[in-house]
Amino acid sequence: MSIGLKNKHIISMRDLDRSDLDLLVETAGAIEEGRIKPDMAGRIAALLFFEPSTRTSFSFDSAMKRMGGETLLMKGTGSTSVQKGESFSDTLRTIERYCDIIVMRHAVEGAARFASEVVGLPVVNAGDGANQHPTQALLDLYSIKKTHGTLEKLKIGLVGDLRFGRTVHSLAQALAPYNPEFYFISPGFLEMPEHIKAELTAGGVKYTELKEVDSVVPELDIMYVTRVQRERFADPEDYERLKGSYIITLDTIKDAKEGMRILHPLPRVDEIAEEVDASPHAYYFEQAENGVYMRQAILSILTGAVK
Amino acid sequence: MKQLKVDAIKDGTVIDHIPGGKAVQVLKILGGGKEATVSIGMNLNSSKLGKKDIVKIENHELSADQVNRIAIIAPTASITIIRNYDVAEKRKVEIPGKIDNITHCPNPNCITNKEDIRTLFDRYRGADDDKTEFMCHYCERIYPADGLKIKVG
Ligand SMILES: [Zn+2]
Repeated sequence: MSIGLKNKHIISMRDLDRSDLDLLVETAGAIEEGRIKPDMAGRIAALLFFEPSTRTSFSFDSAMKRMGGETLLMKGTGSTSVQKGESFSDTLRTIERYCDIIVMRHAVEGAARFASEVVGLPVVNAGDGANQHPTQALLDLYSIKKTHGTLEKLKIGLVGDLRFGRTVHSLAQALAPYNPEFYFISPGFLEMPEHIKAELTAGGVKYTELKEVDSVVPELDIMYVTRVQRERFADPEDYERLKGSYIITLDTIKDAKEGMRILHPLPRVDEIAEEVDASPHAYYFEQAENGVYMRQAILSILTGAVK
Repeated sequence: MKQLKVDAIKDGTVIDHIPGGKAVQVLKILGGGKEATVSIGMNLNSSKLGKKDIVKIENHELSADQVNRIAIIAPTASITIIRNYDVAEKRKVEIPGKIDNITHCPNPNCITNKEDIRTLFDRYRGADDDKTEFMCHYCERIYPADGLKIKVG
């Protein structure tokens, strides 16, 4: 079996078509079930976290090490010569000599795309500012596939800050080829951006916009919760008034379908009450574990270690 | 009503129906051509546009690429090639599929505004075909064509 993505990088969900998504999801599953055991011995991933993110860097680190590979971890700009005024591209051209694949998080949007054009190695975007975080969307896809056995024709509720949350934008784009029915649940000024809605409409995807989650809970197969941040509100009173609508409790989900699962990109603050954690609907910690399988799939496919 | 008359030219290109005030931007986007004789009429009355600008470039016929660049800021423009005082050719402005290193990205947090690299925009086709929008190849933000600032120099 030969496995390969058309692009050797993972930069944006826009670059991945349905066959790429299927390949990644299937490979993550095969790795988790032990049907594929990628051998990354002797391979090194440089994890360049110009903007620190403990969770995401650990997830990649764990993925690489579980396959027998090694990592070089950089956190922030302090441990590189970026502060000495070396150009970003010089930094990348040097580091590419030390490793086999580059994973990068950067606060500047487009940084990963630029890196992929500068170096000769595969580049994985682990988040570029407010733009993309494709490996999160891919692990979300894998989680949804695992919980429902399919990605086709599911009813998916995206709850919370849909305007600034890049995670929900990427997920909406990722699911679009699978004929989903979306419910966008957010306060009016945090609703899904027009261009995402326009793309979905152009792709024939149905969506409904709502201000509160309760009425739609019995419909949902997946409830994807993100945080509504206090800082987004101009008026603190609005926040106090609205935040209850976006906190998921056992009462919120009492009429949910048996198979409904709650996902969250983590870290959670208070948008899912802790009492929900013990419910069979809670899936967010398994979701974090799924991230390791998905990142194993990404790293091994891009380096050609999967045979 | 009194209007500035821009004299007829013998050979060259007339760019008419430029939205009022955009003539300087049109010249900038064409780049080079500093040796050519250029006359500009600004804020002329136009039944179609209200106010329009007109640019005449002597002894220079615009290339297809230059014509398409004009579309970015002046999609209403009409282009006429003049040879020996006669209309030799009329060219339609077509909105290009790519804008390669001609405009800045308006997003201050875009890598193109942090590093000294080229910019690149792809025509963005959402659900609404009437809108002329472009997506930054790097930060993936989407902007209307007239929201992109032309690079100087
Ligand atoms: Zn940009």
